[in-house]
Amino acid sequence: MKREITFTLNDDIVSVYVESDEKLLDVLRYKLGIKSPKQGCGRGECGSCSVLLNGKSVRSCIIYAVEIDGQKIETLEGIQKNGITKLQRSFVEHNAFQCGFCASGVTITMTEFLRKNPYPKIAEIKEALSGNLCRCTGYKSIVDAIADATKEGE
Amino acid sequence: MTDYKYIGKRSVRIDGLAKVTCTAQYTDDLEFGPNLLHIAVLSSPYAHARILSIDTSEAESIPGVKAVISGRDFSQKFGLYLKDHSIFPADRVRYVGEQVAAVVATSEKIAKTAIKKIKVDYEPLQNVQCALDAIKKDAILIHPDLGNYEVVPWLYPQAGTNIGHIRKIRKGNIEKAFAEADYILEDQYHVPHVVHAPLENHIAVALYDYEGRLTMWNSTQSPHTQRNILASCLKIPHKNVRIIAPYVGGGFGGKAGISMEVIAAVAALKVQGHYVKLRWNRKEEFENSSQRQELFAKIKMGVKKDGTIVALRHKLFWDVGSSAEYGSNVVNATGFSAIGPYNIPNVHIDSYAIYTNRPPCGAYRGFGYSEFHFGLESHIDRIAKKLNIDAVEFRKKNAIKRGDKVAYGVEMGPTGLMECIEKVAKKIEWGKETKSDDPDKIRAKGFSIVWKAPAMPPNESSAAFLKFSEDGSINILVSGMELGQGYLTSMAKIAAEELSIPLEKIRVEHPDTDRNPYEWQTVASHTTWSSGNAVRKAAIEAKNRIFDTVSRALHYPKEALYLEDEKVKCKEDSKFELPLRDFVINGIQMKDGTFRGGPIMGTGIFMPEFSSAKVNPETGQGGYPNVHYTTGAGAVEIEIDKKTGRIKVLKMAEAFDGGKILNPELAEGQIIGGFMQGLGTALWEEVKFDENGKILNPNFTDYKIPTALETPDEMYPIFVEVPQPDGPYGARGIGEHTMIPVMPAVGNAIANGLGIRLKEVPFTPEKILDALEEKGK
Repeated sequence: MKREITFTLNDDIVSVYVESDEKLLDVLRYKLGIKSPKQGCGRGECGSCSVLLNGKSVRSCIIYAVEIDGQKIETLEGIQKNGITKLQRSFVEHNAFQCGFCASGVTITMTEFLRKNPYPKIAEIKEALSGNLCRCTGYKSIVDAIADATKEGE
Repeated sequence: MTDYKYIGKRSVRIDGLAKVTCTAQYTDDLEFGPNLLHIAVLSSPYAHARILSIDTSEAESIPGVKAVISGRDFSQKFGLYLKDHSIFPADRVRYVGEQVAAVVATSEKIAKTAIKKIKVDYEPLQNVQCALDAIKKDAILIHPDLGNYEVVPWLYPQAGTNIGHIRKIRKGNIEKAFAEADYILEDQYHVPHVVHAPLENHIAVALYDYEGRLTMWNSTQSPHTQRNILASCLKIPHKNVRIIAPYVGGGFGGKAGISMEVIAAVAALKVQGHYVKLRWNRKEEFENSSQRQELFAKIKMGVKKDGTIVALRHKLFWDVGSSAEYGSNVVNATGFSAIGPYNIPNVHIDSYAIYTNRPPCGAYRGFGYSEFHFGLESHIDRIAKKLNIDAVEFRKKNAIKRGDKVAYGVEMGPTGLMECIEKVAKKIEWGKETKSDDPDKIRAKGFSIVWKAPAMPPNESSAAFLKFSEDGSINILVSGMELGQGYLTSMAKIAAEELSIPLEKIRVEHPDTDRNPYEWQTVASHTTWSSGNAVRKAAIEAKNRIFDTVSRALHYPKEALYLEDEKVKCKEDSKFELPLRDFVINGIQMKDGTFRGGPIMGTGIFMPEFSSAKVNPETGQGGYPNVHYTTGAGAVEIEIDKKTGRIKVLKMAEAFDGGKILNPELAEGQIIGGFMQGLGTALWEEVKFDENGKILNPNFTDYKIPTALETPDEMYPIFVEVPQPDGPYGARGIGEHTMIPVMPAVGNAIANGLGIRLKEVPFTPEKILDALEEKGK
């Protein structure tokens, strides 16, 4: 069954017809042209498809699109629309990613985390990052980049 | 030491910003319009069964279904080295998950609904789930036609058996050496199947247009190899097969060669003029891309009292699954190299590729070396302990040196192995005991050394085009693949160094087989070396053309010209400097108004012309199968909780001789990332099958890959630089090697800490506790 949903996507109001079993990730990617969330597992395990739902990171591959009617969604496209962030610049400077497929999901998760905890300890960064899988880097470069971008006093 | 401006200097990767901002497009990010068709695949529920009939009529009648294809349409055999894999099986399925038929439809949903309506009548056959059963005389044959398959001349399928290939090495006199040895240790080791688990699953998009051209957009490590396989398999001229390779979301060998892309290709042939897309979900990625082969290794080693290794018999029984089209070369490569980085005078190696009813196996970071090093390096530690010699000293005593003969008789090239051993031992503080405050927690260290050669056909090659634009910036066209390892940055640095152009003015283009020149594949940790040589030659050719133009127009002697900071300068005239942007496209104007020169370009090719796979099949002697070896060492300090059996790695150090490290920061990333991938295989990862060949853990909940929480607090990547004479600036590869030391180093640490020897990975808490209980009895 198709129904129209209306929600805020990166500060714009969008309306789109969705099937009742359609996932948010597929609607974002294939109907709205938002390509930053990636499908890695389709089961909410890897974190590549993370987006912010009312400011909280969620796995868009296991959320039905109909559930977000009237809600607020933020993706990497929204986070960087006024230029790349300090965190992103640190990712570039630290060569944080290798293949880059997990980058969007990691950035979303960390954006939420750093809003709550702007000066985290290394152990806290690792804990917050542990729901985002990365097969390439061994995480060190990502953790280093986050730590560098969140040094106390900056 | 030559002073370089770009080579060996730290820099940010040239694709960093693209990746951090999601500007980098992966295959599924590309738009193909609303007419894109979707493919769904029907997979086999049986590990081994005869296909009696396939009825697709009901599926075909569903609105939106454009085509249904199966082995009745496309059953051609394909393969990189041994053509034993069918696009769709015509007569029998050989593993659970094998593609039996596919539906092309207007939506993914319709395609998935339609495959459920395909009726396949199977006659189940006895299936074989273990390589050791499959080589028994009475085992059911998985490829009864093995003797008729096309194969490269250096592989030896054994018709009438389940053996896809045997690589034999015979060196010295093994029986005499064992008779004279003071101590002999013989044992077996087991490494199960694991998967690559790239975050991006396999995906392919294809278009067969009305000009008869097949164009594909694939997540691949091997665009030219895919073109070659598809062109010859589908009888389409090579010029009419075009493979475009966007960014890849992780490969690790799993996207080397060809696998599911053949399905998208033939689906496109059926719906001419339409784009078709096939993407695996995670379960399909586990079941039907490729896995790392399982290994049962039998090792017998003889030593003298003084610690000299005199003899090694190494039997490698590899489970290559239902296809050895690529995995047969893993078996071959490890057969040549299963002595490890040691000087051993008497060697007997048999490496068997054994078919089972499991998914096809193929290339996986390390190409078999991780698997055989586990047994070998565990064995080395045990012998050292028996002889009462320190494990590091024992390795140093026997480590291979330049000029020693490797197993197939060729002299070992330049190696910094000894320096790697020493640096790792120092960093891990080998010999210094550490203790936990918690009496239930035991701390211990483990050591391992490794080597690996690129496994390639002797005529692998790389090519490069380099072209200038008006502003003096350059585009480099190559067909190596950026998998995250930093290939684009390495190639840019080589051109930057030769042409004295900053990295910001260099783009390296992703492969498109129509436009970019040939590259065999991005595998074997060989592209820095092979493609790097081609890019360097292209840059040198462009440089020569620059000097030629300046010399003809301005009459400076060519040999006095040099490049600095994007300008041509002259040793004989310190005032002369001509910016490249002034002439690299439009030439240099003469007094009479005419111009000299024209667009500056360069081409370069590289092929290791000294390599040969022609060896005596009974002894492995007589050829030059491996171009060089990269050597290294690794060590860990771990903490084992005796109550729970859980292991935490506190500290790691790995050193590799990369000849010349072009990008220190990215190379460090290879060590850290490779170590963690290796740690996954040491502690958690194993594909679990039921007795009928069904995978029980095809997802990230049940198949655990490392998370950020498992990373050691202390990680030390170390480089040694003993130049490779034929490498660009002396470079040789290190990408795969980084995961090889991990399984044995962790196993050796467990043995050192608990006095238990685990001969099978992964070292799960259950195995630790069982072994402790056994020991306590």
